[in-house]
Amino acid sequence: MNQRKIRVLIGKPGLDGHDRGAKTVASVLRDNGMEVIYTGLHKTPAMIAETALQEDVDVVGLSILSGAHMELFPRVREELHNRGLDHVLLVGGGIIPADDMAALESNGFTKLFGPGTHTEDIARFIQGEMEKRWAKEAADA
Amino acid sequence: MSTPVASTDRQALWKQEMDKARLRDANFTTISGTPLAPVYGPADGEQDPDENLGLPGQYPYTRGVHPSMYRGRLWTMRQFAGFGAAHETNQRFQFLLKAGQTGLSVAFDFPTLMGYDSDDEISAGEVGQVGVSISSLRDMEALFEGIPMDQVSTSMTINGPAPIMLAFYIACAEKKGIDPKALRGTIQNDILKEYQAQHAWLVPPEPALRMITDVMAYCTEHVPQWNTISISGYHIREAGSTAAQELAFTLANGMEYIRRGVAVGLDVDDFAPRLSFFFDSHLDFFEEIAKFRAARRIWARKMREEFGAKDPRSWMLRFHTQTAGVSLTAQQPENNIVRTAFEALAAVLGGTQSLHTNSMDETLSLPTEKAVKIALRTQQILAEETEVAHVADPLGGSYFVEAQTNRLEAEAEKYFQEIEARGGVVPSIMNGFFQLEIHKSAVKYQRAIEKGEKRVVGVNCYVEDDGGPTIDIHRIRSETAVEAREAMARLRSERDPQAVERELTAIRTACHAGGNLLERFIAAAHAECTLGEIAQVLREEFGQFQEPKIL
Repeated sequence: MNQRKIRVLIGKPGLDGHDRGAKTVASVLRDNGMEVIYTGLHKTPAMIAETALQEDVDVVGLSILSGAHMELFPRVREELHNRGLDHVLLVGGGIIPADDMAALESNGFTKLFGPGTHTEDIARFIQGEMEKRWAKEAADA
Repeated sequence: MSTPVASTDRQALWKQEMDKARLRDANFTTISGTPLAPVYGPADGEQDPDENLGLPGQYPYTRGVHPSMYRGRLWTMRQFAGFGAAHETNQRFQFLLKAGQTGLSVAFDFPTLMGYDSDDEISAGEVGQVGVSISSLRDMEALFEGIPMDQVSTSMTINGPAPIMLAFYIACAEKKGIDPKALRGTIQNDILKEYQAQHAWLVPPEPALRMITDVMAYCTEHVPQWNTISISGYHIREAGSTAAQELAFTLANGMEYIRRGVAVGLDVDDFAPRLSFFFDSHLDFFEEIAKFRAARRIWARKMREEFGAKDPRSWMLRFHTQTAGVSLTAQQPENNIVRTAFEALAAVLGGTQSLHTNSMDETLSLPTEKAVKIALRTQQILAEETEVAHVADPLGGSYFVEAQTNRLEAEAEKYFQEIEARGGVVPSIMNGFFQLEIHKSAVKYQRAIEKGEKRVVGVNCYVEDDGGPTIDIHRIRSETAVEAREAMARLRSERDPQAVERELTAIRTACHAGGNLLERFIAAAHAECTLGEIAQVLREEFGQFQEPKIL
């Protein structure tokens, strides 16, 4: 069992100023033993991907409540791809209609979380995904 | 006939019974976490009603700002609306006015709120999404096409670039031949809470405050019916604060604006009557009513006793209320109609001057026309059917409500002292004090829901596994951004480039040499300078705000 701490980047792409959810999730993940870096507000997709690279994170979690998710979420994915970060677990949340969640989940996002999500479920999901990945890495090695 | 029982015996008896009673498994606190007694009595109520309550329309206005309250005039029903391009929001405005709404309230999209044009690369994906996109005087003209600007009152929710947006509005009226003296409305223009909670800023606090005093000075003379700042607790609360923090931080911000106005040489009674307030109405019915009452009393006393205001209009805290967006759930969204109705009732019993009721679908998208209509009808039912508007401050004298009013006032006072000890509002923003306080409360609230200490129907009790909401949602047309880009290209090719350059240079000069910036922005609006161009000059001359790290 891998004992390494999970490193998470919580990012706020775009001009949206709503950070209650992003900061609450960041605090909860930290309470769950993860190392969490929060980008702060008003970041471009390239800035977020660059921070993910520099900080060598396992997970990028994005939050948007401005309706720009269909533009900005895929752009973050592209910027991560451009930096060779396809292995990073990509998740997101916000005011996102169900159809859009489904579209993003078939386009590089492992999971989208909507309003009313229990924050411990987010922590458990990330923990579970990372354990699966580490188990696979160990088996492949 | 029963024999009279002495009050102390009654209390002892009650205590005995209470100690024996089996209680529900619940947390008996306010929504903000303050423990509540099972019953309140005369000792908890207001001990000095003459001094602390008075009558409606009388200092310290605890019971309301008008002697007749809603018998004179009902509150203004003002639904916040905006999406897509200006002409689309114009249609929603026409729809709302036809449905009986009595004032307009403009929601802008994020590029506009942050001072970027719709054709700026940074705006990609956000144009028209959470509000209307306004980049120029032309857009403002399209927004108010066919709407009598001298007859409706308009509220504009914008802060960082507020002085520029107000300039577009004034210029638009001038082009229609309307005297700005006839304009009525409110610009939010409350930059302090942007740094604390809502986060749509343009430049750092000091130059931002200078622009705000420019707006106060200009409007006092030229647009005298305009409310120049709507000092807002709403976003502080929505970002996670408690009721006491909302109350305290909002009033602390209000007092800071007063100090700034006085510091640039304005007479407090010349501008204070044009400041208004904006609060949240959350689900804790009595705590919210107490909060509105405490707000009026604190403001009246501060204004008269600390700032020496002599005009009673400076003492009166008038406010707009919006029901709590954060209280709405994506699960079983129709339940939100009920939550909103209770919150609206609290606002009315608390004596609000205007009200926005949220629509049931706002955790999913911007509201549909149907959902907005139900929200507006909720207010109309309150006003016309429930008979609650006949009596001013109907809960005045309630032992419980008076105790809560006093408690909130005392908690606010403690925060005022702490903020002062930290060097004032701006230093407390720069070191993240407000931001951290709000964040801590937000996490605590979320944890309380998740632990089941705080119950939310459809989320942690009475849950239905229904495969998610099935109500219609409102989508923004994808053509909006393309059309906006084309319109901006047309504007840039049709206007006089020399006039644009001249006005932008004049703004650049006034940033440092002094002079009223709002006056310069109005001239720039007439020359068809865009929002982004003016904002860029300000960013270059005043610099940008760096968010303090609290996490």
